[in-house]
Amino acid sequence: MANGLTEEDVRHVAKLSRLKLSDEEVGVFAEQLGAVLGYMDKLKELDLEGVEEMAHPTNMVNKLRLDEVGASLDVEEVLANAPASDEPYFKVPKVLGDGGSA
Amino acid sequence: MSDVTQMSLKAVRDGIANGEFRAREVVDGYLARIEEVDGKVGAYRQVFGDEARARADAVDRGEVSGALAGVVIALKDNICTKAGRTTCASRMLEAYRSPFDATVVRKLEGAGAIVIGKTNLDEFAMGSSTENSAFSETCNPWDPDRVPGGSSGGSAAAMGAGLCSAALGSDTGGSIRQPASYCGVVGMKPTYGLVSRYGLVAFASSLDQIGPVTRTVEDAAVLLNVIAGHDERDSTSADVGVSGELPDYAAGVNEGVEGLRLGVAKQYLSDGNDEAVKAAVDGAIEQYEGMGAKIVEVDLPHTEYGVPTYYLVATAEASSNLARYDGVHYGHRTEKARDLVDLYATSRAEGFGDEVKRRIMLGTYALSSGYYDAYYLRALKVRRLIKQDFDGAFEKCDAIVCPTTPTPAFKRGEMVDDPLQMYMNDVYTVNCNLAGIPGISLPCGFSEIGGKRLPIGLQLLGPTFSESKLLRIARMYEAANAFAGECAVV
Repeated sequence: MANGLTEEDVRHVAKLSRLKLSDEEVGVFAEQLGAVLGYMDKLKELDLEGVEEMAHPTNMVNKLRLDEVGASLDVEEVLANAPASDEPYFKVPKVLGDGGSA
Repeated sequence: MSDVTQMSLKAVRDGIANGEFRAREVVDGYLARIEEVDGKVGAYRQVFGDEARARADAVDRGEVSGALAGVVIALKDNICTKAGRTTCASRMLEAYRSPFDATVVRKLEGAGAIVIGKTNLDEFAMGSSTENSAFSETCNPWDPDRVPGGSSGGSAAAMGAGLCSAALGSDTGGSIRQPASYCGVVGMKPTYGLVSRYGLVAFASSLDQIGPVTRTVEDAAVLLNVIAGHDERDSTSADVGVSGELPDYAAGVNEGVEGLRLGVAKQYLSDGNDEAVKAAVDGAIEQYEGMGAKIVEVDLPHTEYGVPTYYLVATAEASSNLARYDGVHYGHRTEKARDLVDLYATSRAEGFGDEVKRRIMLGTYALSSGYYDAYYLRALKVRRLIKQDFDGAFEKCDAIVCPTTPTPAFKRGEMVDDPLQMYMNDVYTVNCNLAGIPGISLPCGFSEIGGKRLPIGLQLLGPTFSESKLLRIARMYEAANAFAGECAVV
């Protein structure tokens, strides 16, 4: 592999991405993503000195709306999609504790 | 009454308006054909039969009117509707019911259209074959062994099989044009910002654009008239039509273009193109010349860097956009979480399919400390060069003519285990999105393979906001050929 993405790299990226992977998946993704990244290295052929980055296709600048209260979504309707809720809140499992499990 | 399912959107609309048939007959006609053939095609994920019939009756009673009164529309299932579910063909959103309608849905319904159902796609619009749907397969209506393309494969297959009068798709790197090409229909990606993205589930926000999938070029113009325009709910929406100055895209569509200059770029006419594709596109260029167009050679030297640039920009943006799926606010939540971090990681592992995981990880990697400059920033610079290529080309021509894809539809299962090869398939479509320019694919003949006729797509690319001219150029070709309006025999 030109790029050589290690299983260690994949575990690190999976952690940053908040994705739990099995050992088998780590192996498959290391190979597939390594091949794709190897291909991305094609961009290194180009001399990009002085080229301005282009994050967006338009020339727009940030548009700010007026800071006025308007209609928003109904809380009950929104919470209807939540896996667990206690109106008007979303419910989550405990946050403090051992953590870092991903 | 002739078969409504084989008609253009315009013919359906005019037939209802002139009292030749009722909207209810149109809806019943489509529902019957869906019942009869969609088991073989698999275009739809959901069909809103009762709602569509009720709305058709309202049209017939004169309670609903507008430019699309009674016209039957299919929506890609990443466009939010209060009706039914908005699943993005992902387990993550299997049960998701949008609390709001996308702006395009409000506009369609405001014009009297009838939404008949929602179509299959690659999960979160990530793919080129619709094989990444978490739920079901979609076949190419011209050959069931082949893919319909993707990611708007369901919309293109529905259109190709005569299961709607028009459809909407979304195009991030070719996801409207490539399936339109494979399914023998017209597909248009408008200029970035022309159509509101409000209510389109975000994949890559600087690339995504909603557009029409139709039987004819004129239908695409009619549909674009309804969905285009500024929307204050989309901060990247272009300031066009704010005070009603949007062009009527359909008005001059049959007029042709005087003094037309068409650009041909050697980078799009590679020897790697399928023979039949090459012959069809060469034939189209000759035909244009015969119609008086001046063919000019243009150079797009960074074309070959498009695919790696696209897959860095699109995945980086996707990794950020898909961070919202946390198992808390909506979407799938695991039942096995030990704590909050584990809830995120396990819910996402269970809810996303492999291609979505690959893209999130690729994007996260490209944005991560130590790799940001080498991958993401580098891609943004190459994106600038690709845009400059087009700017230079459009000083010499009104539009670039090229194939939509190097080959006709490929076989199902052929590339599922090789993501890189699948990505290469997007070589002629991704640069349009990177530059933010409009593109259209229209039928340009067939390749005969194994006794099947596989559609070939002709692609036209134009400068930003040149939709009126692009549609007229497309219509010139369509009017001179018999492919227009041909529906697959399913």
